[in-house]
Amino acid sequence: MPGRYLPTEYLPVAIFIAISIAFGLGALIMGSMVRLRRPYREKLMPYESGIDPVGEPRVRFSIRFYIIAMLFVVFDVEAIFMYPWAIVFDKIGLFALIEMIIFIVILLVGYVYALKKEAFRWE
Amino acid sequence: MFEFLIRPGSFDLFLNIGIIILKIAVVIGVVMLHVAYATYFERKVIGHIQVRMGPMEVGPHGILQPIADMLKLFFKEDIIPEKADKPVFYFAPIISLMAALSSLAVIPFFDGFVIADINIGLLFILALSSLGSYGLILSGWSSDSKYSFLGGLRSSAQVISYEIAMGMSLVGVMIMAGSLNLTEIVKAQAAYPTGMYAIPQFLGFFVFIIAAIAETNRSPFDLPECESELVAGYFVEYSGMRFALFYAAEYIGMIIMGSLAVTCFLGGWTIPAFITAVLPFLKYVPGIVWFALKLYVIIFFYYWIRATLPRYRYDQLMAIGWKVLIPLSLLNIVITGIIKIMVD
Repeated sequence: MPGRYLPTEYLPVAIFIAISIAFGLGALIMGSMVRLRRPYREKLMPYESGIDPVGEPRVRFSIRFYIIAMLFVVFDVEAIFMYPWAIVFDKIGLFALIEMIIFIVILLVGYVYALKKEAFRWE
Repeated sequence: MFEFLIRPGSFDLFLNIGIIILKIAVVIGVVMLHVAYATYFERKVIGHIQVRMGPMEVGPHGILQPIADMLKLFFKEDIIPEKADKPVFYFAPIISLMAALSSLAVIPFFDGFVIADINIGLLFILALSSLGSYGLILSGWSSDSKYSFLGGLRSSAQVISYEIAMGMSLVGVMIMAGSLNLTEIVKAQAAYPTGMYAIPQFLGFFVFIIAAIAETNRSPFDLPECESELVAGYFVEYSGMRFALFYAAEYIGMIIMGSLAVTCFLGGWTIPAFITAVLPFLKYVPGIVWFALKLYVIIFFYYWIRATLPRYRYDQLMAIGWKVLIPLSLLNIVITGIIKIMVD
């Protein structure tokens, strides 16, 4: 009934998420009670194959990671659009298919553009 | 089923929450046991493939090895690098574990046994697997080490790239089943002539299996961990229990991806009708046995691939994801749609 609807089937999901966080925390807390702790300077240095670390740890990295992140946003949203379409495909039939082919063609235009711009090339 | 929640203060509420917690505890317990023995199974399988014996020392045929490993990690010192970003460093493994473990809530292990029977189960799993990449990138960033920083960047780029292919490869299954609820998908498969969608959806199955290996950072796509160049990738600075949480998250992720393959493509807890027609006594085998059997076939396949194939280069990995798997999954969607229209 509208206004009073409670998504009660999601209650186990919420409990599960809470329990899994508690499980992780519990393992760490129990571990902290029994393990030993004898830190010294060399132990607390960042690992760099045995030598003293050189320079800053957060080095400059390739711009391509940003491009991949942006492309991910575009394509993942497209994928999410396909889910409701796939669920009601039975009910809409041929119209849905034509519509989706148009949608995929538009998606392909962007894909081919990214391909021509060499967004997927790593050297 | 949960109408009682609308009446606040009722005793039923607490009783039902108690039952839910009990079910969750059983599932987590069983899955953690499987995770422990999946590591043993992996070492044995890879050992025998390489003509070694694998773990042999602890117990007969090394059967107690996972327990010994767990105790060792439990008592290990927890080293946190001096300049690490402490709060982020503390919580990154918990995010990873939470994202991996919570996906178990929507997986139907056998007929009628699913903790949360929500109608967007598949979407929930995909959402949580995206959330898992936060654990990777945050641990890589907060560790204050070049190796873990590069490993975190690589693994998050890899996971998000393959997530697109994985999400799209499942659209074919959604078209055929008409639902996102995993229980409904299994029932739709049981009603389908071939009994499993892996046969009509072979293209989707192929894309899904490859994407699932990359999603869980397994060999041959284990670039983020890449022992020989990044030593261990994003969790190089983690030790003791925190390392164990990442390790557990990886194996739970494998079990989740295997279960997803079993429920979406291999018919879940059911067996194809044409097999029961020939061998009717197989109908009396409980569903959980079929589920576990199919799951272990997939997990064995993971290990087999790890023992056989060399690691890919990073540019090859990205090229496979973007130039092969995504176009193939789009093609699969169009083909499935056209065939569905022609058959109806």
